[in-house]
Amino acid sequence: MNKFTWPLVIFILLVGLLAVGLNLNPREVPSPLIGKPAPAFEVAQLADPARKFSPKEMLGKVWLLNVWASWCVSCREEHPVIVEYAMKGLLPPVVGLNYKDKREDGLRWLARFGDPYLLSAFDADGRVGIDYGVYGVPETYLIDKAGVIRFKQIGPITPEVMEKKILPLVKELDK
Amino acid sequence: MKWLIAVMAALVLLAQAALAKEAAPLAEDPAVEQRMVKITEELRCLVCQNESLAGSQADLAKDLRQEVRELIKSGKSDDEVREFLVSRYGDFVLYRPRVKPVTYLLWSGPFLLLIAGILALMRYLRRRNRQLTEAPLTEEERRRAEALLK
Repeated sequence: MNKFTWPLVIFILLVGLLAVGLNLNPREVPSPLIGKPAPAFEVAQLADPARKFSPKEMLGKVWLLNVWASWCVSCREEHPVIVEYAMKGLLPPVVGLNYKDKREDGLRWLARFGDPYLLSAFDADGRVGIDYGVYGVPETYLIDKAGVIRFKQIGPITPEVMEKKILPLVKELDK
Repeated sequence: MKWLIAVMAALVLLAQAALAKEAAPLAEDPAVEQRMVKITEELRCLVCQNESLAGSQADLAKDLRQEVRELIKSGKSDDEVREFLVSRYGDFVLYRPRVKPVTYLLWSGPFLLLIAGILALMRYLRRRNRQLTEAPLTEEERRRAEALLK
């Protein structure tokens, strides 16, 4: 054993640790809500203020809650993916949560880019968002038949996320 | 002379008025505000992650500060307010990590390193000491030294 063996081993270990640390994405904060019941709320719907929406209505179904806003740039990137998969009939019901938006802006956005949602709930002041731990739009929650959050996508859903994470999990939960 | 004093007084008053406009608006309840700042200073803003919730200008941080104010007003304790945020955003919002099995190493790491350092130093010193203490000359060595000195 050379006298440089130990320093070298320690150095290699450190480099390894740093490499792992640098490749982690600090923007992706694991949600403490995974495995917990989706927080209850009741807010007006985007398209019709007179009608309310509450997650209770979705009990018994696997569904997605997609948080979006007309001012959110990444939502523009994500939206066509949701529209495409919804049109192909591959997605379970998707409920939109229009987060801290203006009603006209939200409606205009849907008219322009397509509306893949069963409905959109209107979270004008972001209160629902706070209960769901939303800190960067878009975010998407996959909720099972019992109303438990099973998966959270932070940032836009890409076709890859859809194929590798969301669809397999939906299939499994739908059984 | 009198008018000069009057003008100066007016200017001073004006300046004060201008300064008053720049000052931060007084919170409705300073006690609530103080507690809110104390709590949020120890919490991380999730949008700009290197800022505290107290200092961040992100919209979410503003909303959360408002939420904290309301929780305080509704009579929640500091711990309950922190718990409210942790239950939504996870331990990540805490600048001071909680002591629990996953964080044992984090908390004890520096002390473990210190102890390891002290042990290594002690070992090194002891070994060096042993090398420094001169072994008495053997008979053979003494004779050779004497021969050289003659």
